[in-house]
Amino acid sequence: MSLGGAGRGGDIAVVGWAHTPLVRHTDKSETQMLMDAISDALDPLGLTRADIDFTCLGSCDYITGQAFSFVSNLDAIGAWPPKRDSHVEMDGAWALYEAWLRLQEGDIEIAVVTGSGRSSTGDPSLIYPMEMDPYFLAPLGADPLTFAALQARAVIKAGIADERKMAEVAVRARGKGDVDALLTEEYMRQPLRRHDVPPITDGAAAMVLTTGDRARQLVDRPAYITGFDHRTECHNPSFRALDDSPSTRLAAEAAGLGDGPVEIAELQAAFTHEELLLARVLGLGGDVAVNPSGGALRANPIMATGLCRIGYAANHIRDGGHRALAHSTSGPCLQQNLVCILEDTP
Amino acid sequence: MSARPCAIVGIGQTHHKSRRLDVSFGGLVREAVFRALDDAQMTMADIDAVVLGKAPDLFEGVMKPELYLSDALGAVGKPMFRVHTAGSVGGTTAIVAASHIQVGKHRRVLAVAFEKQSEGNAQFALGSGRGASLGAGGAFAPFIRAYIHRSGAPEHIGWKVAVKDRLNALKNPYAHLKIEDISIEKVKASPMMWEPIRFLESCPSSDGACAMVLTDEEGGKEAAAAGRKPAWVLGTSSRSEPPSFPGRDPVRPQAALQCAADVYSQAGITDPRRQIDMAELYVPFSWHEPIWLECFGLADEGEGWKLVDDGTTELGGSLPINASGGVLSSNPIGASGLLRFAEAANQVRGAAGEHQVEGANVAIGMAYGANSQYFSTWAVGSSLQPFG
Repeated sequence: MSLGGAGRGGDIAVVGWAHTPLVRHTDKSETQMLMDAISDALDPLGLTRADIDFTCLGSCDYITGQAFSFVSNLDAIGAWPPKRDSHVEMDGAWALYEAWLRLQEGDIEIAVVTGSGRSSTGDPSLIYPMEMDPYFLAPLGADPLTFAALQARAVIKAGIADERKMAEVAVRARGKGDVDALLTEEYMRQPLRRHDVPPITDGAAAMVLTTGDRARQLVDRPAYITGFDHRTECHNPSFRALDDSPSTRLAAEAAGLGDGPVEIAELQAAFTHEELLLARVLGLGGDVAVNPSGGALRANPIMATGLCRIGYAANHIRDGGHRALAHSTSGPCLQQNLVCILEDTP
Repeated sequence: MSARPCAIVGIGQTHHKSRRLDVSFGGLVREAVFRALDDAQMTMADIDAVVLGKAPDLFEGVMKPELYLSDALGAVGKPMFRVHTAGSVGGTTAIVAASHIQVGKHRRVLAVAFEKQSEGNAQFALGSGRGASLGAGGAFAPFIRAYIHRSGAPEHIGWKVAVKDRLNALKNPYAHLKIEDISIEKVKASPMMWEPIRFLESCPSSDGACAMVLTDEEGGKEAAAAGRKPAWVLGTSSRSEPPSFPGRDPVRPQAALQCAADVYSQAGITDPRRQIDMAELYVPFSWHEPIWLECFGLADEGEGWKLVDDGTTELGGSLPINASGGVLSSNPIGASGLLRFAEAANQVRGAAGEHQVEGANVAIGMAYGANSQYFSTWAVGSSLQPFG
């Protein structure tokens, strides 16, 4: 088995995934949500928790509102007997990245990764300033909406977006609304209106990743991961060109996006202008369906939003597609970006 | 697909203290990173990817600090990965970094872990601000009492570990606690914290960071050819088990036993007591030394305390444990695991300075976390085939 020219990975595939209902609020705990998501991902494959060789969970203590919040989630993966296991304080998309590396070591076959979060229990405008530079930016108390608005202005100024195009993105993503009517609404933070902004969502997702041989036994059409990379940028948005996303471009190049066309792209764009910017940076033509799932504008289960993008891209392959792109992001103004390429052949 | 060799060619750490008010978070990690890069004779430009580990973000009140630290860690334009597996996180950070090398994804990876405990209140954070936090000592004391009950170990064993590790720390320029007049009497006279753990049998609360440069076989051989001895990864493993359920044994956790067996099988270790020359075990409270000696097959069940009692685990003994002074002497929580892994690597590189164990060719680094649930371990050697 060769590892591909740029270390793009071996013969590893997504064979299934599931997510809980993505809702404005649930009273279920994160552990309960993960119980459901993991069972729903495993059951159709005829697998049980005992078959899992490795688990990697993605979640965030500050979203959950508790230190070591992921520890109780071990109950959901059924870590008895004990499991090879890891946890990332990142979206489940990065948990998938760790599992993808781990499976390439060649000694194990099946991994389950998760992303989970209950954003409804906190106030994003109080929580998110804490992910900023604690000395110079956090004290400003600027919320995610404020940073997003700054970037939206830069993206509009660069001619990549305008308010009408942004409203069109919102209407397409949510499958409802009238662009002209939306444009008469008040601004939340100029130039962002309510339709440009993601919903608050509780939810969890679980994904099953296997080596190629096992994948071909389990499903007719595995979604092979043929490219996977992520990059970060300078933290302070003032020092970045906000009308660009160089880390997305670097990750896409390293993941081999340019090696062939993709039919769909699932982008973690929580704000309408982010979708337009990312599509531009990734060079997606009009023939590429962007966020057919509705994307983060329809449901935004933070810490699982990126993993869901990869899940929907895998669904595209399962349903007969050939090549799909999935993207995840973290940090203010798209600071850190991940690109995963899924294909119907390894 | 199979794992490729991985070498450790650079190691650095900060001077650990209660309060490093002289540095920001960025300054703290850079102090360790530049020492590691200097050791590897590299610059940030040589690094392909960064893996960052730390314990809960609530300890400092900075959420996802990998975002803010991207500049300080030279990660701009590179992959930046953030691990958090409770107290074992430092160990897991090294394991995930090694994974990048072992599958050929990258050639030079920087593993970094830190904690700046003085910026917050760990006790408050452990209870998530809701109060009623037992603290780590309160959580582990019942396990220690159970160990003593089962093994019949005499009470001075804990005191001996506390003295030994603090004596070792006097030989480690980076160690936080430097208790020149440490003695059994002094430990014994210190206040009782959580029966049977006394104040001087407990770890400190530290600000500190650790960094490590990992590379591939070619990079390891280049370093060796230039006279800079690498450490080679012989095996890595992580295991987790749920918090509590009837029948769970937190004194001898299955996850620890499996983690040890997994690493030993990868490393070709069949007789750990004889084949391992030294170990850096995660010992936040003195009694964890005999507990982990037994779980990691370095002593038979119920016999670990005897290796403490007869001096086997002292720096001059036949199986030195925590020659660096261990967690009992420096405890920047998120970095404590990486420090164990790094000290083990430095020992087989012959780079441990005054606390070097003579002739150390094979060493293990081990970390654990949460309610004795998360275990990460690696075995490192002075060569890829240390047993011939």
